[in-house]
Amino acid sequence: MIKGGFKGKLLRVNLTTKEVKSEALNEEWAQKYLGGRGYGTRLLLEEIDPKIDPLSEENKVIFATGPLDGTLAPSSGRTMVITKGPLNGAIACSNAGGHFGPALKHTGYDMIVVEGKSAEPVYIWINKGKVEIRSAKEIWGKLADESDELIREQTHPLAETMTIGPAGEKLSRISSVMFNGHRASGRTGVGAAVGSKNLKGIAVRGNEDTPVADPEAFMKAIYKARDILSKDAFAGQGAAMLGTAMLVNVINGVGAFPTNNAQDAYFPEANKISGETLREKNLIRNEGCAECPIACGRVTVVKSGPYKGTIGGGPEYESVWSFGAMCGVSDLDAVISANHLCDKYGIDTISMGSTVACAMELYEKGYMPKEDAPFELRFGSGEAMLKAVELACKQEGDFGKLLAQGSYRLAEHYGHPELSMSAKKQEFPAYDPRGIKGMGLEYATSNRGACHVRGYGTAVEVLGDADQYAYEGKAALIKTLQDLTSALDSSGICLFTTFGLSANELAEMVSTATGFSIDAQEFMKIGERIWNIEKLFNLKAGFTRKDDTLPPRILNEPIKTGPSKGHVEDLGKMLDEYYQLRGWDKDSVPTDEKLKELEVQILK
Amino acid sequence: MKVLMLDQAKCTGCRACEYACSFEHTGKFNPLDSRIKVNEFWEDLTFVPSVCLQCERAYCEEVCPTSALTKNPETGVVELNKEKCIGCKQCIVACPWGSIKLDHTGKDVIKCDNCGGDPACIKVCYPGALSYEEVEDITNLKVQETATRLKEIAKDLVKGGA
Repeated sequence: MIKGGFKGKLLRVNLTTKEVKSEALNEEWAQKYLGGRGYGTRLLLEEIDPKIDPLSEENKVIFATGPLDGTLAPSSGRTMVITKGPLNGAIACSNAGGHFGPALKHTGYDMIVVEGKSAEPVYIWINKGKVEIRSAKEIWGKLADESDELIREQTHPLAETMTIGPAGEKLSRISSVMFNGHRASGRTGVGAAVGSKNLKGIAVRGNEDTPVADPEAFMKAIYKARDILSKDAFAGQGAAMLGTAMLVNVINGVGAFPTNNAQDAYFPEANKISGETLREKNLIRNEGCAECPIACGRVTVVKSGPYKGTIGGGPEYESVWSFGAMCGVSDLDAVISANHLCDKYGIDTISMGSTVACAMELYEKGYMPKEDAPFELRFGSGEAMLKAVELACKQEGDFGKLLAQGSYRLAEHYGHPELSMSAKKQEFPAYDPRGIKGMGLEYATSNRGACHVRGYGTAVEVLGDADQYAYEGKAALIKTLQDLTSALDSSGICLFTTFGLSANELAEMVSTATGFSIDAQEFMKIGERIWNIEKLFNLKAGFTRKDDTLPPRILNEPIKTGPSKGHVEDLGKMLDEYYQLRGWDKDSVPTDEKLKELEVQILK
Repeated sequence: MKVLMLDQAKCTGCRACEYACSFEHTGKFNPLDSRIKVNEFWEDLTFVPSVCLQCERAYCEEVCPTSALTKNPETGVVELNKEKCIGCKQCIVACPWGSIKLDHTGKDVIKCDNCGGDPACIKVCYPGALSYEEVEDITNLKVQETATRLKEIAKDLVKGGA
């Protein structure tokens, strides 16, 4: 029986029939998959055909919390958006900070399952357990942060919101879902899944408490975890001081900072866009998501250019890189402007920056007709980068519409798909696999497409004591980190806690909250189970071993300058070993023995 | 006398204080039962915590018809005696700060009691926006901060005047 952590209920909202239903949570699933990403994926496997069009009425979008949301556990305010991903058709889970998750829990529900498609734009208002589907006709077309304000005006000033921007409405495949108007579930195009249902937003406000199974033991566990985090060099000090952009100088310093659409991996002007410079020139204050002692969030102001004076959240390390080095841009104000613009329109910053970089290479190499771009698209121009982001955000003209579909579709359109720096059509983030070998394996095998927050090898390969260029041991490292993150993403807690916390502390918090008997080993097994059912979803959706790959540039073109000069990525060296460690066959299909061990055989 | 000090410039808006407060007083996690509140201004991402300031001339105490609210002269805390409270809510009307409120049931009056001298909220406030200090120490610190800035100006003034 569920004793705590969970509220034990999910809310099902069908936008076609306007039917609203409260259902008991499946306790067996909660035990085997926890909440968030795990539970959501299990539910999708049960209820949708993995082959469907992600933008069709048959797709479902789940907004899920984990058992630690709505408690004092450190950094425990994550909201997971789980759906079949519009960007690539793979299983998608994209999570965000902010305060929506805990507030949803306080309404009495662990998650919301949105089904069907509304004929007219609507938003959902959950007020202390009472649910209304309201017209969003007047809000449709508004920016994500404007929509947050308008919905709170119409509901309650203290409601916490999820909104999409115009990008999600217009079904951009790199569109995001925004929380509190500025925290993003950015990746995999989840905004389009929401937009395809004519759902503009959700507002929640609750008055119930979050129960925990053993309050005394739970408080002991979370104070221990908070203490560890406060003493950690990254989580306790670096991240608060410089935000995640502290990594700019670190990763560039080890020669793994993709530059000019990854034609190189070293950016000589990195210092101009570093966390240090951001702090000195643009930082107003730090922001912490719910219950977060780290507070890596930045609140920044643009100091020059057309968006001078604009205040917003971020930019994160990844966004500084994508609009910065990836486009060869060292104008930090242009980078911050692009970041704030993407948040307002609801577009993923990683995919957007990388898509502009891809366009710049297509343009410079003459692979696209120059007249297709309304202006010169050259690497290094902050002005051109920002104009391209504007075009994509507003989906102006054919080129703007194309940019808003991500780099893969853009490059394919011009006959050069190899220039999209993506895996499974999703743009990879700010770590060049040629310089950090494990990251290539992580990008290639990530179930949702190239991603750094599934198995963050960099934590050990650069920030820890492993050799960044070694192949040995990387398959095991990435597998372990992927399993750990899967369980963590299903607990409602932020990945950054793992800079200080191990599976031991995480399991202690989850078990004392839920009353489930979960030790570190069981926690990792839950993670492995989740990873495997995500893989099963993708296999059913049609993905095969050939999709577990990287752009040819990463495999064949040596890095030209910097500390990693001369390196390429040898993915084959790690991939077979990885499948073997996972208990998968050579075609990346989980063996019956593995599925039996994980008690998920029936899902094959 | 020690007081809860709020430093808006350091607040990151994480609301951990609300959960710590709620748990300390009720054994449960419910922000509506928290005596302290973090106010967010999303339009420019500004965060302002608010809590009972234990007024010397406490309007809540003055309007309370049953003397359920009384200022403790030793600790400085305006204490709420639940047994005496009749739920008339006049204290909520009288409080200029909005720091006396109803709990999640919408019936019971709650207010900050400094956790009897060991506030739970400050223990989870890593950025240091909340602190529990002697008033005299805070005053001295502020005076010194200002004086240090003035000292630099004063040094230049001497040069200019010489």
